[in-house]
Amino acid sequence: MNETRSAPMTARMTGPLLVLDHLAKNYGALKVTDDVSLTVGATELHAIIGPNGAGKTTLIHQISGLAQPDSGRILFAGEDITPLTMAERAAEGLARSFQITSILPDFSVLENVALAVQGRSGSSFRFVRNASREEALNAPARVILNQFDLLPRADVPAGLLSYGEKRQLELAIALATRPRLLLLDEPLAGTSHEESARIIATLKGLKGTLGILLIEHDMDAVFQLADRISVLVYGRIIATGSADEVRNNPEVRSAYLGEEAA
Amino acid sequence: MTDAARPVEQSVPAAAPASLRRIMVPIVVFAGLAIAPWIAQFGTESFILSLLTRVMVLGLAALSLDLLIGYAGLVSFGQAAFIGIGAYAVGILASHGINGIALQTAAALAASAIFAAITGAISLRTRGVYFIMITLAFGQMLFFLATSLAAYGGDDGMTLPSRSLFLGYDLLDSDRALYYVAFVTLGLVYLACRMLVASRFGRVLRGARQNPVRMQAIGFSPYRYQLVLYIIAGMIAALAGVLLANTSEFVSPATMSWQRSGDLIFMVVLGGMGSLHGAILGAIVFLLAEEVLAGFTEHWHIIFGPLLILCVLYIRGGITPLIERTRP
Repeated sequence: MNETRSAPMTARMTGPLLVLDHLAKNYGALKVTDDVSLTVGATELHAIIGPNGAGKTTLIHQISGLAQPDSGRILFAGEDITPLTMAERAAEGLARSFQITSILPDFSVLENVALAVQGRSGSSFRFVRNASREEALNAPARVILNQFDLLPRADVPAGLLSYGEKRQLELAIALATRPRLLLLDEPLAGTSHEESARIIATLKGLKGTLGILLIEHDMDAVFQLADRISVLVYGRIIATGSADEVRNNPEVRSAYLGEEAA
Repeated sequence: MTDAARPVEQSVPAAAPASLRRIMVPIVVFAGLAIAPWIAQFGTESFILSLLTRVMVLGLAALSLDLLIGYAGLVSFGQAAFIGIGAYAVGILASHGINGIALQTAAALAASAIFAAITGAISLRTRGVYFIMITLAFGQMLFFLATSLAAYGGDDGMTLPSRSLFLGYDLLDSDRALYYVAFVTLGLVYLACRMLVASRFGRVLRGARQNPVRMQAIGFSPYRYQLVLYIIAGMIAALAGVLLANTSEFVSPATMSWQRSGDLIFMVVLGGMGSLHGAILGAIVFLLAEEVLAGFTEHWHIIFGPLLILCVLYIRGGITPLIERTRP
């Protein structure tokens, strides 16, 4: 029923899914996150762009719980999750991918995804039954692998996948935790043209079904996918708006797009 | 599930013999141990039986350590402390006239679980070299506590008045009976561990060994799982301690010396980490080699040391993957 409404409308009705409330973090004298406030709606795709070293990954680390902000709050579905650990946030439905591929190389592709399903399917303090034969975990994992065209590779050790396949698996693992919000840290980094086209298609398919916060350097992809774009420069958000608004913002042009062109 | 065997499976199309060889190793090891007493009667029976009982008991302890090292990546340098807890549970209770093995074992398991829960809760907050050092420190702490127990022999240890009683009967007085008690215990614990490492619980630990951050990102906090595993491993080692006290009929601080912890690590590495039966095989090879070399010369350490170094250098991954990889 969300499909009939526009994303901001849903956000207004139920409140935004993610709220960053005056988040700040310093590494010594460097303000890596400088008073950042933004929102992501329940079905919105919000992209963050910015030059290298702008603090994009550090921001994702703070939202996912891998790093702690010095001040400010992170609200998820109305609840303050700032004190929660990374594992607790994941259990609440906050999933992330990593810029540097983070998979379990010794496990098969299927087992990588089945383990993510296991994380949201009851207790893991079960000691007797063979987990790799649990259809309750393998069946949903196969559905997700199929969605990412990885089903033929299900039994291959994940460490032996090609780079592009690993990027796909990274997304499949995140999605297998049945998240309400997906934090994607440069999912297209290092992929070939065909691989990135495939990942963009996958993201288009996901769009509208959950909240997505996307960090990406590929401008074409960002302008195609994003409902809203925020521009992060030296830890500060200097603009937020639609693709056109951001493209035509003079401050953004000088700070970021101009730099890229030069 | 051994790391080394995996890529080989990929490149060799005939995967069936590889998996067959994998179950062949534990089958051969246990079959050999099952018939050993029958063969022993043609030699110096009591010597062979007591040696092999000791091998199986320390194999049980090595098995517990392989759970930590091979499946969770936790290199504990204090596993002998738990053997000591098991042995002293038997010794202390026996010196107060409590000889029943059920009660002694229950006390050993309870004490080791408590010690593991406390020391594990602290140790598991550290990683790598710090984890090795802190487990060593806790082990030494217990060692010096044992040396200070004047009532229970202090430095010198104490001789047991008798072996443990089973429901009031002295069944364990027979070397052969004790041998088979150790054999059955090792077999059952081995099977239980096999299930454990393949279970949901085991899979979380194996995942956390490969990539702890990824595990947190999908909702698992490895610490809780590692702590439960640390307690389980400690209890298995304490069980080995109960059997060891009965085998030697003597309990002393040497049961839990740091050298013993080092020997256990060596058995695991020698046999092949992360296969469970590798740890048992490692214990067999280690203790028999020690015995044979000691028969040649009293300076057997000079030969044994370099031999161990050569093993580590030239059979990467240990004996078990070496056997499993060899084409028939």
